[in-house]
Amino acid sequence: MTVSTERLAEVFVEVADTLVDEFDLIEFLQMVTARTSDVAGVEAVGLLLADHQGRLQLMAASDERATMLELFQVQALEGPCQDAFRRGTPVVNADLREADSSWPRFAPRAVEAGYRSVHAFPLRLRHEVIGALNLFGAETGLLSTADAHVIQALADVATIGLLQERAIRRGEVLAEQLQGALNSRVIIEQAKGALAQIHGCTIDEAFDRLRGHCRAQGLRLTEVAEAFVDDPAGFPGLTTRD
Amino acid sequence: MTDSEVEYARLCSLVAGEPVESGDSPGVVGWLQRLCRTAARVLASAGVNVVVMSDSRNELTVAASGDASRRVEDLQFSLGEGPCLESVAARRPVLTPDLADPGVRWPVYALAVREHGVRAVFAFPLQVGMARLGALGVYRDAVGDLSPQDLRQALTFAEIALRALLDALESPAQSASVAADVLGSRFEVYQAQGMVMIQLGVGAGEAIARIRGCAFSQNRSVADVSRDIVARRLVLSSDERPRGAP
Repeated sequence: MTVSTERLAEVFVEVADTLVDEFDLIEFLQMVTARTSDVAGVEAVGLLLADHQGRLQLMAASDERATMLELFQVQALEGPCQDAFRRGTPVVNADLREADSSWPRFAPRAVEAGYRSVHAFPLRLRHEVIGALNLFGAETGLLSTADAHVIQALADVATIGLLQERAIRRGEVLAEQLQGALNSRVIIEQAKGALAQIHGCTIDEAFDRLRGHCRAQGLRLTEVAEAFVDDPAGFPGLTTRD
Repeated sequence: MTDSEVEYARLCSLVAGEPVESGDSPGVVGWLQRLCRTAARVLASAGVNVVVMSDSRNELTVAASGDASRRVEDLQFSLGEGPCLESVAARRPVLTPDLADPGVRWPVYALAVREHGVRAVFAFPLQVGMARLGALGVYRDAVGDLSPQDLRQALTFAEIALRALLDALESPAQSASVAADVLGSRFEVYQAQGMVMIQLGVGAGEAIARIRGCAFSQNRSVADVSRDIVARRLVLSSDERPRGAP
């Protein structure tokens, strides 16, 4: 590995920093592939994530030429990424010229594109594997055991970032759902109170009026309640005393 | 497991072991009530409660360790200011080890809770990403900082409360039932708010401010005053002086 310890420390700090700043998923993944390429001294790095059906999809690449993209994408079917993803263990220093039997579709294309070696590291946290990091080199046997550990550590940090981001998105969606539901309830109660005051009726009778109006007009309860609370005068059908 | 995971699991199991009381709600609100009682004991505090915000201004007490702490939390709702609201707005814990400190940002609230024997209050936001769900409040009857261990435990209780709420919300149908649980008996407050809007010809914000003002000046809870308004035993007049109906 050609990278100094200082540069390595910088790379890890940069990756971890991105996790706390305003997080842009694609930017983050792009940065992980670029830094991995720097650190490992390889020609191209791609990052693939499993979709909801468990198929690997290319999310970011340090080199976006068409031949490169195709090499990443074909691994949805077979290749080192697929192996690292399925087994949860790295594939290091695979010699592409010897790999036709393992990966008959992938290996000849990679050799044709000018690559000799390929490596793949699982993106995993404990038992969960969410994708893989894929490295292409122009020479064979590029990575030492120590190098492989560093790349795996980088993959681990990226994985933690991705899982945190997923947990946060899920939490935001759920929190918004609860607040939406709470707001609807609050607004409907306010509308009931306002209608009860206008008509001098009970809260239950007010609710019947509100529901009856919505049903007759084919409107949604929450939307009518909200618009009514906002401007009671705008709803003569509800406010006119009978 | 990391230290914080061990701590999380330990406090979770304490909550799980907390006896259910007859007044506890079913579902996640009941779990949060047990969490409040557990946290009050573990943190040696006079009371703990969890509030949830329906929007940036409106907070609802979901669970409290006891009636006294619910009344204290109610003051924050009545006054529309206090540490839980501030911790949600500021997205960080708000630690007030001495409510008599002249630098306290909510003097009216501080005075009111001190009359209930509260001397120190600590609030921790329940937040995930950009979403702010509510806060956990810890009340003590003695002046003083939380120890580093208590601070860690309070943050962990806030985390447990947040995850319990999120886990209870997996589908939109569940969020409606959790919302109904969270709203609890507060629905009358909003009915009263709607009535006052029409009575005084004012907006929702001003209507709730009038109800809060009336509750505070009569030293009653917002829920009590609201019940009287809905039952038409109390009509707020436009000159802000509340008068009782005959």
